[in-house]
Amino acid sequence: MAQITMTQALNLAIDEAMAEDAGVFCLGEDVSAKQGGGVFKVTSGLTEKYGEHRIRATPISETAIIGAAVGAALAGQRPIAEIMLMNFVGVCMDQIVNHAAKLRFMSGGQTPCPMVIRTTTGVGVGFGGQHSDMLEAWFAHVAGIHVVTPSNPADARGLMRASIDANDPVIFIENILCYGLKAEDPGPGYRVPLGKAAVAREGSDISIITYGRTVLDALEVAGELEKEGISVEVIDLRTIAPYDEATVLASVRKTGRAITLHEAVRPFGTGAEIAANIQEKCWDSLKGPVRRIGGTFSAVPFASHLEQAWIPQKSDMIAQIKASVGKH
Amino acid sequence: MAQIDRDKLLDIYTRTMKVNRTDEKFRELLMGGKVAVMYYCVRGQELVSAAAMAALEKDDYVVCTYRGQGEQTAKGIPMEKWWGECLGKATGTCKGKGGTMHITDPETGIMVTTGVVGSGLPIANGLAMASQNNGDGRVTVVSFGDGAANIGGFHEAMNMAQLYKLPVIFLCQNNRYGEHTSYADHTDSPNIASRAAGYGMKGVTVDGNDVHQIYPAMQEAVARARAGEGPTLVEAMCYRMMGHFFGADFSYMPPEHIAEMKAEDPLPKLRQVMLDHQFTEEELDAIVADINAQIDAAVQHALDAPLPDTDEIYKDVLEETA
Repeated sequence: MAQITMTQALNLAIDEAMAEDAGVFCLGEDVSAKQGGGVFKVTSGLTEKYGEHRIRATPISETAIIGAAVGAALAGQRPIAEIMLMNFVGVCMDQIVNHAAKLRFMSGGQTPCPMVIRTTTGVGVGFGGQHSDMLEAWFAHVAGIHVVTPSNPADARGLMRASIDANDPVIFIENILCYGLKAEDPGPGYRVPLGKAAVAREGSDISIITYGRTVLDALEVAGELEKEGISVEVIDLRTIAPYDEATVLASVRKTGRAITLHEAVRPFGTGAEIAANIQEKCWDSLKGPVRRIGGTFSAVPFASHLEQAWIPQKSDMIAQIKASVGKH
Repeated sequence: MAQIDRDKLLDIYTRTMKVNRTDEKFRELLMGGKVAVMYYCVRGQELVSAAAMAALEKDDYVVCTYRGQGEQTAKGIPMEKWWGECLGKATGTCKGKGGTMHITDPETGIMVTTGVVGSGLPIANGLAMASQNNGDGRVTVVSFGDGAANIGGFHEAMNMAQLYKLPVIFLCQNNRYGEHTSYADHTDSPNIASRAAGYGMKGVTVDGNDVHQIYPAMQEAVARARAGEGPTLVEAMCYRMMGHFFGADFSYMPPEHIAEMKAEDPLPKLRQVMLDHQFTEEELDAIVADINAQIDAAVQHALDAPLPDTDEIYKDVLEETA
């Protein structure tokens, strides 16, 4: 099988969904061929195939973009709306939280809202305080939405197809630093079910529960610690909310130790929720407190060395793992 | 003066009185303490809703607001389901989970009732976009008040609708108050419709108390949308003859405003139009009596209906919980 990047994986998933279902269409800023197929090229080549009605370049109007996706979804279509950068969701939170997420419930099940909101973010590229945040916890706190993020190209392809299939809104977070990752193409029609985590690496001493770009850090750290005789299990949630509780709890019951890890800031993050849940449900299996690692509680800084210092550090991951397993 | 044929006049009159009698009944129930829910009175705006809905086909889409009783009942939601929802019963349009501010009934085209001012406009664009994408010929009407014209989503939606020539009609019911703030205290431009020009869109201001103005304006806007000529902003001047919500103080309305709105009451005016078109007092009274009987039966049905099962709080969150 051919190697593909995450960008290509997403493009392939959207392409095949559009080919199969005339109700699937994309809308967002700069997404059509005239603007180059999206700032990160995810919709590249699709305008030529499906026309400008199905790859709709929009004005810079996030509320109108998400509102239009909601309306089209209510009418039975499957819009894929792009919010170019995740921080811009602040402009359209009402449409996401009060409408997309709640219309199924408030209508007594009459009007589901099948739509994907693609959005990009990530720390480490020098975009500063308003273009870098991971804001998944905002959405994980709202009933009625799936929150998804892939850590590799194969999952990107499979999760995107499953997100387009889903009959509810999905926030699909793409990390800028992951677009260039290469891996084997899982092929046409590949789907990764929503709500299903992956055991990215098996281990027996401690479980790291993470998702998105920090899965790569966790795997690297696990490889290093193996040399020191520490066996780290890495759980890639893939769907952040509602998350795969069964896989997480089974892993922690096996290892007896857990660390939650995410790029988003630590206070009130998804890691806190998962940690609390582990402590409620796995108390008897736990050999120590569940630890949390997250980004620094400040705005993402600009200067490169500040930005690098802001990100969860591999050295900290190693120190915390060692502290947990009792090896210093 | 635009001519409206007798059948259409009768249709508009019937819908108007349905809205009016429903409003009266709701206030009677609230006043009598039989029911205690939020209700946003539509007294004074009945004709705007009725004429707008009379300009649509059954499967056209409507997006309205918490003050949406007019659009909802005039579009034809079965009364039993409407009252069931307003009383929070299992028989309601949304199984009692939406309530007075969130009535949804796709069968009659009532797709969203939003409780957030101005949020309906971007969603209406999406419904219209779906119609444009799949060529189903439907149009979408979104109703909102003058207060909604000052929120960002209004401007984003107007620009996008015109850009794509979407089959949507923006119906601004300018009732002179945004919540408790008068038009003069929230907006300095003389009207809302003039804003359409800023987006290259057609905008008209009409007297919403005059059937010969509001109905033809809606009819033309619907025809343009259906023909692919794009959206229209129709501003219907009207009066909210009560407070923002039932029970709310509206002593802030100046006496001259009250006098003006009483003089402009759409109901006696419409009645006169009907008489001018050779409908008799007896015929018109019989229509109202029939509506009253239907409403009484629907209210009783809703009062007698079961409450939703408590398990409903876990259902319809995501598809898995449907």
